[in-house]
This record gives sequence, structure tokens and C-alpha cells, in this order.
Amino acid sequence: MEGNLPLIWRKFGERYDLDGNKCTTCGTAYFPARAVCPQCRRKGKLVDQKMPKTGKIITFTELFSGPAGFEHETPYFIAIIELDNKARLLSQVVDSEKEKVKVGARVEKVFRKISDIDPEGPIAYGYKFKVRD
Amino acid sequence: MIGIVGYGTYIPKYRITVEEIARVWQKDGKAISKSLNVKEKAVGSLDEDAATIAVESARRAVSHAGIKAKDIGALYVGSESHPYAVKPTASIVADAIGASPDLTAADLEFACKAGTAGIQMCMGLVGSEIPKWIKYGMSIGADTAQGRPGDALEFTAASGGAAFIVGKKKEEIIAEIEDTYSFTTDTPDFWRRQQAEFPRHAGRFTGEPAYFKHVMRAAEGVMKMVKMKPKDFDYAVFHQPNGKFPIRVAKMLGFEREQIEQGLTTPHIGNTYSGSMMIGLSSVLDKAKAGDKILAVSYGSGAGSDAFVLKATKNIEKNRPTSVFEMFKDKEYIDYATYAKFRKKLKSL
Repeated sequence: MEGNLPLIWRKFGERYDLDGNKCTTCGTAYFPARAVCPQCRRKGKLVDQKMPKTGKIITFTELFSGPAGFEHETPYFIAIIELDNKARLLSQVVDSEKEKVKVGARVEKVFRKISDIDPEGPIAYGYKFKVRD
Repeated sequence: MIGIVGYGTYIPKYRITVEEIARVWQKDGKAISKSLNVKEKAVGSLDEDAATIAVESARRAVSHAGIKAKDIGALYVGSESHPYAVKPTASIVADAIGASPDLTAADLEFACKAGTAGIQMCMGLVGSEIPKWIKYGMSIGADTAQGRPGDALEFTAASGGAAFIVGKKKEEIIAEIEDTYSFTTDTPDFWRRQQAEFPRHAGRFTGEPAYFKHVMRAAEGVMKMVKMKPKDFDYAVFHQPNGKFPIRVAKMLGFEREQIEQGLTTPHIGNTYSGSMMIGLSSVLDKAKAGDKILAVSYGSGAGSDAFVLKATKNIEKNRPTSVFEMFKDKEYIDYATYAKFRKKLKSL
């Protein structure tokens, strides 16, 4: 994280609280925020918008071999989640029993550590999701 | 009028039983569990720390209070397991809940009572003439308590937290704070040096001259100020390093068992340190009805106690959050090896 600090810091709103945007012309919500609405182009008008904190699992997979920094978390789930306003994102799914992680399961956002690999370095926090009972 | 306008609790999902910890150290788990009056403790996952617990508690408190996070003008996080030695947890929480940037914030440490010291600071700021702009103050007690493997504290040192929002609008206050009093001395009963991984304690010395003396003096002090006796209270909640001390101190002060039962949370989740008394108080507020009187006394080693007298208002019955006892049910048991991994007690983690 240390080398990318300014880049990550700019994304705190996105990572901490799902800050995205919405095109007021066609009503489509975007996460992460887009610079241009791909549907409305020049006619589109984008405004900042916080995403809803709940949604459902569209598809998921269980990882048994995690990338650097995630080796100790395996096996873990990542899922494409459709939020209640139809915006989609990719997230880890935590604190959820295996049998509950399935397509269509309702999920809610939680605030967790994303990366904490250097004991003397900064900690990266952000969103993950958990299945709602 | 100053009082609580909202509260939120967060308890991690994972639990380890006292018997499982005792199994590893070849001790009599049943006897230890009985003597401590603690069945199991809550354990934060690998990706949880005092900051994530503080954020979750804070979000629930904001949602319960029904206020705008931007109106929080002061935010304090009390913990003895702040993720950074230098860099505030409070600024992470403020950003994550959308309270920043127009607020004052700081991290506090006073062993297990920093969160209640934060409530007192919020009372001062919210009630003060200067500054006028602070409408609400939030104080959080959150910990991923460290217990040295094999030490007696390992049976109880748990993870969890609670957040309280202090406000001054009569129509929003769910529990009025009628008075507060503190008792503080230099008592070396429990400590952790700057670079040390685990705290150390003075064994039996943590009892009489430390916990009991400070809790008693603070409780007696505040009761004297408001001219009330133990029988005048509907509920009493004390700091809970284990499930036994609060029962004993209640008896010594003259409270009945029924008065403390609702606030006794340590038997179910262990000692969440800075969260301990605040989670107990949350549980009391879950049940309290308009007019109920509550005595709440924290304790922090080193040593000090903050005592509060609260009176529930009719607003408390309008909007009840998910109760603390309901939260106890969302749990998954783990073994000692998983616990050692989650809490990074293994050298390579």
C-alpha cells in the first residue's frame, strides 16, 4: 500500500462508504464512479451518489490460492454483488457459512481490513460483504 | 439537558469457549469457566481490529439515533488496542461514517474505561457555551483485547465495542445523563509497555485495591451527588473483567441480583475491555422503559472509574435497535488454532 498511498487515499470514499455516482439523464448508478455515462455520452449528467449498503450475490467463487497478502485468508469467497440500485461490484464475502453463500443470497456491507501485510506500514481498510441471515 | 440520543454495539461473530482454551493449557476448563462465570468469548476475525469494530458500532449508533453523521462535532475512540501507536483510529471512524471533516477527534486510552471518559468529554463539549457548533458528540469503546497465551486473562480477553452519541435536544434524548462522577488514582494493577505485545497484570492485586476500590468509590460518589440509594435504581451495570467481579461489587454496594442481570454481558462474550461496561449499558437500554433509573460504572486499570446516573425518557421506547442479547446468537465456534491465527498469536502472521 505504501507506494500507492496517494492513489488509495483518493479512493477512501469509494472503499469506506461506497461513494459512486449516478447519471441523472438515464438514472443508471455507477460504482466505481465514472467520468462519462457510457449510455448518454454528452447528454449524460453525473452526480455523486452513495451506493446502497445491501444487495444480492450474482455469482461467486471460492479461492483456495490467494494472491500475495491474502494467503492466510484462504479459502475465501469473492462474489459479484448487485447492489439494490443495480450497480455491481466485486467483493470478498466474509463471516458467512459456506452453505449460505449462494447465487441470489442477500448480502450487506461490512467495514474490514483489506490489506495489512507490513507490520510497520499503513493498513488498508475497505468494504467486504456478509450474507444476511 | 444532556443525554444519550443513540447507541450501537458490534460483537464479532466468532467465539471460543473457556473450555477450549483450557484444553490447550491442560487446565480444568469447567472449573475455570465456573469460577470466572464466563462461558465463551467473542473473537475478531483476521480482518478485524479496534478500528473496524469502532466503525461498525458507530454506524449502528448513527442509524439508531437517526441523525446526520455530519452533525457529529466530536468523536473519541477509547481502546487499548488501537491499530496504530501513532495515527488516530478516530479519523478512520469519522471518515468511514461520513462525519468528517468538520469535527474534533482523538483517540483515548485508559485501559478499559477510555470510552466512558470520552462520554464525559462529549457531555462537556455538547453542553458548553463555547463551542456552540457541536450538536452531537460520539464516544466509542472498542477493543480486540490482547491476552498472553497461557495467561489467566486469555480466558476472558475478547473483541467487541459500543458507541454512544451524546446530544442536548430533549426530543431526541433516550436517556438523560443526570450526573457523572469519577475516581482516579495511580494504581499499577495492569499495564502494557509501549512496544510490548501483551499486557501484564499484578494478579490478585487487580481485585481489592484496584477494581473494587475504584468502582465502589465512584458509585458511592455519584449516588451521594444525586441523593440516591441502590434501591432507587432499576438497573445497575459495572465494568466486567469477568462474570464474577460485577456480581460481587453489586452485592458490596447493596444492589440486588435482578438489578444487574440485564447488563451482565461478559458471561456470553468475555471482557471486551473498553467495550465492556458500554455493551452492558447498551443491553440495559435495550430493555429500559421511560422513567427507569440506571447506574453505570466503568473501570480502567491504572486506575479509575467513571460513574453515571441515567434516566430513560419516553423516546427510548420509540425505536429499539437489535438487542445485545439478540446479537449473542449470531455466532460460530472456533478452535484454539483458528483463534491463534485470527488474533495473530502465531509468529509468522
